[in-house]
Parts: sequence; C-alpha cells; structure tokens
Amino acid sequence: MGILKTFKVGGVHPPETKLSADQAIEVLPLPEQAFIPLNQNLGAPGTPQVAKGDEVKVGQLLARGESFISSNVHSPVSGKVLKIDNVMDPSGYRRPAIVINVDGDEWETGIDRSENLLKEIKLSQKEIIEKIHQMGIVGLGGAAFPSHVKLMVPDGKKADVLIINGVECEPYLTSDHRLMLEKGDEVLVGTSILMKGLGVDRAIIGIENNKPDAIRNITELAKAYSGIEVCPLKVKYPQGGEKQLIKATIKREVPSGKLPIEVGAVVNNVGTAFAVYEAVQKNKPLFERVVTITGKSVEKPGNFLVRIGTPVRELIEKAGGLPEDTGKLIGGGPMMGKALLSVDTPIVKGSSGILMLREGEAKRTEVKNCIRCGRCVSVCPMGLEPLLLAQYAENEMWDEAEQERMMDCIECGSCHYTCPSGRPLLDYLRLGKSKVGQIIRNRGKK
Amino acid sequence: MSMLTVSGSPHIHGDSSVKKIMYTVVMAMVPAMLVSVYFFGLDALRVLLISSLACLFFEWLIQKYLIKAPVTINDGSALVTGILLAFNVPSNLPIWILLIGAFISIGMGKMSFGGLGKNPFNPALVGRVFLLISFPVQMTSWPAPKLLFGSITSSPDAMGGATPLGFLKEGLKNQTVPELMKDMPDYAMELIGFMGGSLGEVSVIALLLGAIYMLAKKVITWEIPTAYIGSVIIFTGILWLVNPDMYISPVFHLLTGGLILGAFFMATDMVSSPISSKGQILFGIGAGVITILIRIWGAYPEGVSFAILIMNAFTPLINRGFKPKRFGEKIQSA
Repeated sequence: MGILKTFKVGGVHPPETKLSADQAIEVLPLPEQAFIPLNQNLGAPGTPQVAKGDEVKVGQLLARGESFISSNVHSPVSGKVLKIDNVMDPSGYRRPAIVINVDGDEWETGIDRSENLLKEIKLSQKEIIEKIHQMGIVGLGGAAFPSHVKLMVPDGKKADVLIINGVECEPYLTSDHRLMLEKGDEVLVGTSILMKGLGVDRAIIGIENNKPDAIRNITELAKAYSGIEVCPLKVKYPQGGEKQLIKATIKREVPSGKLPIEVGAVVNNVGTAFAVYEAVQKNKPLFERVVTITGKSVEKPGNFLVRIGTPVRELIEKAGGLPEDTGKLIGGGPMMGKALLSVDTPIVKGSSGILMLREGEAKRTEVKNCIRCGRCVSVCPMGLEPLLLAQYAENEMWDEAEQERMMDCIECGSCHYTCPSGRPLLDYLRLGKSKVGQIIRNRGKK
Repeated sequence: MSMLTVSGSPHIHGDSSVKKIMYTVVMAMVPAMLVSVYFFGLDALRVLLISSLACLFFEWLIQKYLIKAPVTINDGSALVTGILLAFNVPSNLPIWILLIGAFISIGMGKMSFGGLGKNPFNPALVGRVFLLISFPVQMTSWPAPKLLFGSITSSPDAMGGATPLGFLKEGLKNQTVPELMKDMPDYAMELIGFMGGSLGEVSVIALLLGAIYMLAKKVITWEIPTAYIGSVIIFTGILWLVNPDMYISPVFHLLTGGLILGAFFMATDMVSSPISSKGQILFGIGAGVITILIRIWGAYPEGVSFAILIMNAFTPLINRGFKPKRFGEKIQSA
C-alpha cells in the first residue's frame, strides 16, 4: 500500500481501544419516554410545531428550524406529547425539549421502511438540498452543523470535491466503522446524493488504516459508483478534523479563519451520508442514529441504532449496566467528547457514542510546572503554541492571544493529552477562545 | 456508584510525565557514569554520589524551609542536575567545593527563579561556571585516568594532568599542531575516553549510547545536537583546511572536551532551550560557533559551558522570533 497519507503537522496517537469494533449494529428497544431537545444542531433552536397533549407519529415534524443555520426536529417515537419543558441536554444545560410518552411504534406513512437498496437518484440538485433541509439532517460527526447549509456554496466560491469522513479517529468509537461495514452501499448512495447536491463529480472517502475491513468493503463496493475513491490514511489523531482531513486527502490547506469551501472542498461524515441516503431515497427524517456504547469495564460494549431522545440510561442498561467503577460518563469520544452530568441525558443527533471511563482513568493527573518541553507545540495540528496561549489566557492578555491565533484552535486536546506536566492547556484555550471570540464579535458591531 | 467526574475534554492522558522524562535522562547517563568510575576510580563514584545527594538535599531544604512549597525532589530533575554537575568537574575536586557547586546549581540556578521550568539557565552549568571562576585551580587540576582494573600501555605521559584541549592551548604558544599531536592520546583512546578531563565528558562512546537512548525515547530531538556538532565540524574544518599547523582537525574537537556531553545532555535541556525546530537549530549553531570562538581565541581552553549559557540567555528572544508554521498561514497571505 506504499506510504499512507496523513496530515503533516502535529497529531498524537492515543490507544485506539476500539472495544466494540466487532459488534454488529443492534436495534435498541424503544424507551418509555423520549426527551427531544429543540436544539440539536449548531445554530438556532427550532420552533415547536406540537403542543402538550398532541398525538404524534414517528417521523412527524416536532420543531421547525426557521433561521438560516438551524434544522428541523422530527419525532423519533409515536405517542402523546406530555410537556414541553427544560431538560438537561448533553451540554449540561437545561434547555427546552419535547417530552413524549411512547405508545406503540406508528410511523408516518410516507416513510419507506423496506430494506431495499435504492440506487437511482431521482431528485434534482435543488430538490436534494431542500429534502436534506426538510428531513433535519445535521453533521453526525459530532458538531451537528446543518447539512443543507454545507451544500449551499456561497457566491463566488466553487466546490470541486466532496470528502467523506470515515476516519473515526476518536478512540473507542466504532459507529462509523460499523456503518461502513454493514451499510456500505447506503453510504455510497448517500455520497452520490451529496455529490449531486454539491454539484461535484469527485468524492474521496478517507478511512484510517486501523479499519482494513472497512477500507476493503468500501473500495470494493465503490467500483459500482462513479467518481468515488477511497483514501486509506495513516492512523493519527485528529485526522477527523475537517482541516486535517482535507490536508491529508487532497493536500490543500484551509486558510486560517476560513471554511473548507475556500479550497473547493466540503466534508461530510459517513454517518451523515447514511442519513442523507435515508432522507432522500427513503423519505425518512433523521430521528435515529448509530451510537457506540463502550468503556473498559462495560460488560457488553456495542453499537446500537438508537432513537433520538432515548435516555442514555437505557443504552447503558442494554450494555450490561453502569459498571461499579465508573468515574466519568462521556458523550462522544475521550478526546473531544463532553462529560455528561447524568444518565438521564437524552441521545441527540450529535451523539456518536457513550463512553464510561473508570474512576482511575477519569482523574486528571497532578498539575506541575510547565517544563517548556514544547511537546504541546509539536503535537498541535494547527501549528499553534498552546503553552504560550495558555499563559496569555491565564493572564488575560487577549490581544496577544488573538495575535498568536487563539481562534485557530480546533480544541482537539492533543496538547493536554501529551503534556508531561499534566497542564489543562485546552481548558485555558477554550476560555481564551470564548473571550477572544467575544472581543472580535463586539468589534464587528462597532 | 460514586459521583461522576465532570471536566473538560480531553478525558484521557498520554503516559508522559516529568518524572519519566527525568529518569530517562538519568538512565541515559548510566554508561558515562560507569566509564567515569572505570577511568577515575572511586573518586568519580564519590563525586557522583555527593553531587547528586547534595542537589537533592538543597532542593528539599529550600522547598521545605525557605519557600515552604511542596517538595518535588522525587521528580528526578534535581538528580539530573546533580549528575550533570558531577559530570562537569574533575574527579579529584574537594568535597567542600562540590557542595558549593551543588548549592549554587540548585539555589541560584533553579530555585531562585521558581524551580523546575522557570530557570532560564541550565542549573548544572550555572554551578559549574561558578566553580570554574571561583576555584580555577581546583577546577582545572585534572587527574590522569588510571584504570580501575586492566591496563592500557601507551599512556601519553607528556600530557601530565591536562586535558587535551588545555594541552593544545598551552602548546600552541610555541609549537605547531603536528608537533603537539605526537604527545597526545590517539583518536581511538579519546573515543573511549582515556584522557584527562571532567569525569563525565571523556567517553564519547558512552555519551553517544545515552544520546541514542534519549533520542529513541523522544526525550530529546535531533535539532540542537546536530546543529551544535555540525557547526563545530564546519567551523573547525574550515580553519583546519586553511592552516593545519595552527588549527587542529575537527575530529579532535569532537572527541575532546565537553562537546558531546554538552550537545546531547545540556544544550538539549527543555527548560532553557528554544521550542520550535528552527529556533533549536539556530540555538545549536550559536552554541557551536561560541564554543569554537572560545576554544581557539578565548582565554579558556574549553567553551562548551559558556556557549550553552550564552545561548540559554538568547532563548526567550529566539522563541519570539521563531514561531512554528501556522496551519493555513501561507495561503492566507497570498
């Protein structure tokens, strides 16, 4: 296979710990109650379209995303709307959510529930974007950016390649891996739809080399699709970062502060491609997704097809219950995921996995003096100096921080991961980013 | 179930730690320690032990009673300083002078600035240079190497108690390089370390073994040693080609004095050397040039310690001037 491609600057290689890689996707039983946050995307929350006491069906529109960057939310279950109330979502904040008492499993009639693979794309470019918008598709890699917005190329810019992110560089997570193995054709049709929506005739699927079976499967299947190639990548975190993946696959460097479209590329996740397939070909809104449930002490790590709004508790029980020694519950992977406050937190569109770390693993190491070893600098995939930026943040030197490109930080956590003194570098950088971001926004208003 | 921890990402940490780094450096110095004991006998062992223990003791004393801070002598950094200080003195140095050196290294070189990570200069070198200036006689009275067991017959008796560099500096006042070479140990002996000198600097082979270990363990990077040694070779090489009667070959400069020890074990000190790759290369070149300027035209026969300390002082400036290449920078300016 020769020398594998990867991004050039920085990166780390945490233990992969893909405990659930061999577990086929199972369907998780329906919860008794579903908690569906109105805001599950990057951007504005949706406006409720149902009221307390309404009977809803699976796939029915619950909330409409009305501003430009927002998305629709559909009911993942059938039953009666109990209330619209504040519920703690994975961010740890209590936000408006629709609570539904589940009753049976009655789907909207327009949804094609068959397993038939539909390859022929009937919709036009415009119709595809509209469909993706209607069906509430957001990026399933974690950031949950509304997918239709990504397909609308701004005036003056031109996309020439679609990159599909099958990297799954976060340790532990395996949901994308399983999709590529079990739903390869669907992912490829989804990719073709995204290509048409974007108006490009070339797509590259980037997959890290620790998933040789997925590389083989997708490469084999892709022969039947035009313009789709697979790009095997060397295992390196954070290769799933948009800018890193673009650099790794097509050697283009997205300028500081700009979006991938600047270099003619748009990146979508494998899971998103699958959701797009279901939305466009099967008329199915995004109301369920594959979620990895994992952890070293977890009895049965696995991958489950989970309805949005299902409390994390149900998923944990299915995997053998919460281990005695659990010290931390994480929504997402161990590098970029968010620590959850409670097992009652619902699964949302952006939930790629639930990880239970042991008490010992959950504790941070003791913080020591910075020894200026420069490891944080050498692992930073953005070419930043985390030790310096952290110092600026600590001393509230925001101008200096901006000058040293605080805002370029992608929050991958490689700096903190690698620091021999255990310094919480990313904590400081996050603080700095929010402050500097605020300053920049205020400047724009003047 | 106990309470869940909630904190920001990342939620896992690599296995690196200050302690691991420091003890890797200690391990890397073991070959040179063994060679020093072999060539200089129990004197070397005594100096190593006292220097290490004294550095640990002074750090403990200062942290416990003077600044009342957490005691960090377990992190290995004081031990590294202690061994390096021992490496930089003659094996027959009186104990009381050694104790002063240890106190200066830890007290003035390290703790004054706030302890590990805050010191602008390599602490062991601060101690060494302090001793060299304060006790010039004791610091330059080199015992001739005598083997702990076994024997090497062709001992160069002309050298007496001088290091090859000292012998060269003195001799060049009225003799040429080829004449002096006859009375010096040959390169093979210099390579294994059979010559006068500070106890840790003599054996290039033992030092290189340690250097390879540190490079493999990624405790040091290639930039500083390569730039340092490379610039010494180029600089002395040019001089030697121009006038081999007056200037000795680069091989001699490599094998004698503290160049290898300095380039791999002291110039690479993370705390006091630049962070970016380019900055490190500049740092190495600067140290190489200053070393040779001192060796050839300076008042001292050896310039490694001074060269590294001078470059340490430039480190903050180098760090400001040499930033890593930002991702997405090139294209934006276009």
